[in-house]
Amino acid sequence: MAEQKSQYTGLLGWVDERMPTLMAEYKKHLSEYYAPKNFNVWYIFGGLAITVLAVQIVTGIFLVMNYKPDAALAFASVEYIMRDVPGGWFIRYMHSTGASAFFVVVYLHMFRGLMYGSYRKPRELVWIFGCLIFLSLMGEAFFGYLLPWGQMSYWGAQVIVNLFGAIPLIGPDLAIFIRGDYVIGDATLNRFFAFHVIAIPLVLLGLVVAHILALHDVGSNNPDGVEIKKHKDAAGRPLDGIPFHPYYTVHDIFWTAIFLILFFAVVFFAPEMGGYFLEWNNFIPADPLTTPNHIAPVWYFTPFYSILRATTEQFMIWLAVGTIGMAALVILSIRNAMVRGAVAVGTIVLLLGYFTLDPKFWGVVLMGVSVLIFVPLPWLDHSPARSMRYRPAWHFALLMVWVVAFLWLGYLGTQPPTPAGTLVSQVLTLVYFGFFALMPWWSRMGTFKPVPDRITFVAH
Amino acid sequence: MKMTFARLAAALAAVLVSGSVLASGAELQLDKWPAARAKDLAALQNGARLFANYCIGCHSASLVRWNRLQQIGLDDRQIKDFLIFGNQKVGDTIKIAAAPAQQKAWFGKTPPDLSVITRARTSFDYVGTDYLYTLLRGYYRDASSPTGWNNVAYPNIGMPHIFWEAQGPREATIEAIHAHKDEKTGHAGFVKTVTVFDQDGVATRSEPTTATVGREGMTYTFKPLDPARARQFDADAADLVAFLAFITDPSAGTRVRIGVWVMLFLGLFTIVAWRLNAVYWKNVK
Repeated sequence: MAEQKSQYTGLLGWVDERMPTLMAEYKKHLSEYYAPKNFNVWYIFGGLAITVLAVQIVTGIFLVMNYKPDAALAFASVEYIMRDVPGGWFIRYMHSTGASAFFVVVYLHMFRGLMYGSYRKPRELVWIFGCLIFLSLMGEAFFGYLLPWGQMSYWGAQVIVNLFGAIPLIGPDLAIFIRGDYVIGDATLNRFFAFHVIAIPLVLLGLVVAHILALHDVGSNNPDGVEIKKHKDAAGRPLDGIPFHPYYTVHDIFWTAIFLILFFAVVFFAPEMGGYFLEWNNFIPADPLTTPNHIAPVWYFTPFYSILRATTEQFMIWLAVGTIGMAALVILSIRNAMVRGAVAVGTIVLLLGYFTLDPKFWGVVLMGVSVLIFVPLPWLDHSPARSMRYRPAWHFALLMVWVVAFLWLGYLGTQPPTPAGTLVSQVLTLVYFGFFALMPWWSRMGTFKPVPDRITFVAH
Repeated sequence: MKMTFARLAAALAAVLVSGSVLASGAELQLDKWPAARAKDLAALQNGARLFANYCIGCHSASLVRWNRLQQIGLDDRQIKDFLIFGNQKVGDTIKIAAAPAQQKAWFGKTPPDLSVITRARTSFDYVGTDYLYTLLRGYYRDASSPTGWNNVAYPNIGMPHIFWEAQGPREATIEAIHAHKDEKTGHAGFVKTVTVFDQDGVATRSEPTTATVGREGMTYTFKPLDPARARQFDADAADLVAFLAFITDPSAGTRVRIGVWVMLFLGLFTIVAWRLNAVYWKNVK
């Protein structure tokens, strides 16, 4: 086989002759990856999520060097890191702040997707990989939260693992299987440690690669929601595209600097973030015999936790009404007799389940659905325009109502339950699910503005 | 489906107006700890002295090494000569001889480790330093309690008043407001009782009167019989809390000092990155 003469010289040429993949991939993903030139500030959060992931992995490696995954030693070893390991407090606060920062940027990244229709065809796989990343991230955060072995670590894990006990028939055995003990104990801590430092990070990294590869195959969406690949120059480059490197690398460096100012302001000046990033009760060592007055998960889980708590016996009636309404709507909208029959049977089975099984079980189901409901979004949205810019103003208003419901559920989840709070969270739960469930109908209603053929771009 | 829209609206309004009030029940009045002490080396050293003399009989601080106190201006010799009892080394953590099981038998509860106490006692409602400052100064004689002492910040506390000689005798007046339901009329409301504890802990309780405030709570006033001693103890308690805050988070000072430089660097870096970005994007039309 004749040797290929590289276009590069020197060391790069030497490498290129032996491993042409390197420069080919560099071009494909950076210097010749054409991104729409009209990205706005909402497009920084994907890059920031990667930055935070890197921070978590690097700080995590240093933490593992000194952390002891042992129920008798874990709490003290974390404080040992904070006090006796040189720079340990810095590493630990970066990791704890990074956990919250990860969710902040991922939530904003998802909101961008909702706003500009980034999940629409042909980006369904990009979106689904993203949803799986979000799911893994929640697992990663949950497993990691047990490790400091404080009161909130312990009782938070106890509450969440007990939820699996609500599953009919296999529940109680499943909960014991997960814990490896009858209560959260040393065995649980060790397996959560294994999940947190090996299993989930591997899955997470794989999914991030899949997310980016899938994105680079179809190309990025943009605030106008139009395809830049429709108009190309003679060389096949999108007219409205610009090479990711250097244009978006310098752009992202600037915004990363702004992000780091906020991030390190928390790390250096308010690492507990008022008890939201590091909960006060978690400075008390885990005590299986003393239940804290108020067990609340960390802020990023509270919207989903609120939905779980909203599912009371009384709420099952609301849920039944909602389910019947949905079924009626589907049956009236779809002419296929098979589908109609299946929906009718499914509804009856659900209704029977609502009033025979423990509402706690349905709370767990709803909490799971509230996380997974993002997955079918590409098929729920039937709007002729991707971006909110060209959709009726009330579509955006609906999205904002949903965002308010999400944030408000989050707030209520941090608070101890009250009758009024439960009532409000029940209404908000219906808003949360209604937004998605009714989307196939509302997303095609209203007057749409004409979508331009090319992106709108004003030179800086 | 008994929910009416009116009830729903009322509930929404209630949550909007006062989410936190609904959440927390009876509120406790706490004194503000003078936070300037945290930066005062003399105060921290006085706190360390009080801590070694009064606290470590019962409380450990097993995550804190003695030589951590170098950070508040003490050298190993001073730590060894003035603070450590027994044969501990300066590199050891602050452990105690008493066995937790025995302590539980004596006090009803194992005295908590004090390593991270100001953080552990913080909540969404109050700061741990204020709580501990109030707790240390909140003791009053109560003849009805097993130790002869009671505390406004922690009613029926198991810990006796270690600093009673330092603080001197005091009289306490405690006003408590309770939710009350009249057995006969069924009328629900709030009643106020005023209890005066004299310096020997003998209580004089007033008849319950209808309270004007519609919320459970407790207020208190102390009358020191030796005001000069009580004032001096207030200063000592503030120093001790400053020391507890220091051992809870010894990196706090370093953290803020480095943080300022990090912010300055990132500020400059942001300006450079901003201009760099502008140069690249200048020709993008």
